[in-house]
Amino acid sequence: MSAHNIDHSLDSFGDSTASATRVTPGNALRPEDIAIAQEKPSEQVAEYALRLGDDALILAQRLSHWISRGPEIEEDIALGNIALDQLGHARSFLSYAAKAWDKTEDDLAYWREEEDFRSLHIVEQPNGDFGVTIVRQLIISIYQHLLYTALLDSGDATIAAISAKAVKEVDYHRDHAIAWTLRLGIGTEESARRMRHALDILWPYVGEMFEDEELHAALGDVAVAPSSLRAAWEEEFTAVLHDAELAVPTVPFAMARGRRGEHSEHLGFILAEMQVLARKHPGATW
Amino acid sequence: MTESEGTWPLWEVFVRSSRGLSHVHAGSLHAPDAEMALKNARDLYTRRNEGVSLWVVASSDIIASDPDAKGMYFESPQGKDYRHATYYTKSEGVKHL
Repeated sequence: MSAHNIDHSLDSFGDSTASATRVTPGNALRPEDIAIAQEKPSEQVAEYALRLGDDALILAQRLSHWISRGPEIEEDIALGNIALDQLGHARSFLSYAAKAWDKTEDDLAYWREEEDFRSLHIVEQPNGDFGVTIVRQLIISIYQHLLYTALLDSGDATIAAISAKAVKEVDYHRDHAIAWTLRLGIGTEESARRMRHALDILWPYVGEMFEDEELHAALGDVAVAPSSLRAAWEEEFTAVLHDAELAVPTVPFAMARGRRGEHSEHLGFILAEMQVLARKHPGATW
Repeated sequence: MTESEGTWPLWEVFVRSSRGLSHVHAGSLHAPDAEMALKNARDLYTRRNEGVSLWVVASSDIIASDPDAKGMYFESPQGKDYRHATYYTKSEGVKHL
């Protein structure tokens, strides 16, 4: 971990956030700190932060639907925690992106339309049964872990700092997803059958995760080209499936253009639920 | 310990709040196996910076004293003040006690 890089980059955040790698509440980089910091991202950096933030936000919204519906109360809380971690990453990335347009994280989360969201199709896929959620978690957590690890060296100090906080949390999400994949894959005939089904319905959305955009090339060392993560992701994902006695699906990838604002039928419903309160009672607080 | 059909076994959770302190019993939880118990313990008992180390122990592996044997087990020390250092008076000439 490039701690030196991160420490140096955070000079402008003041003492309370001097090290984003410390996990104590007073020292970790918070969305509120990002909102009041002097740095204003360029339009392109903001577009990139929007992609990272939207993936985390939509995944958080999906995962939080498990609250009170988990198979056991312990797992209910585990998925709720993971949802909250993702929401935290979303808040940080969106708080940063928002500054480019003199907006706030809430403006971006609650007042954008479906076509303005830049999230991947994989994060908007329905929770399905527990197996589907675990496979989706496995796909996305391995991806986010590789991505945030690479972003520790981002040329943009704030993106590097947010990634430094996020990478440790995503490491746990990955650990959680792997543990369940092994248990469900090897578990019973029924659990293995459901895992195979989950892999088949989610695999089409894997391709989109590794598609490069012009934006990535334009941003240089600020961004990580998604295609550069592919080999490591496939190696790790395949190894987990192998251990879980599951096979990599052979179904083809779908044409998905979430990064251009073209979403599946699911995102509209997710946004309707997520945005209704803020839109019905603008400015409401509690 | 009896477990009804279809429920996960019970585990006891011990959290060490910081280096140098002992693990302290924090509560219990259900989990399908030891590794998942540790993960659940992390989610349930260390959400607010409570710890630096976790132990989980299958509740069925704990041998507990019988509550009905309280007299036999725990009342014997009563009245045996000589088991406490404060019972003894300092001998003359002993310094720094």
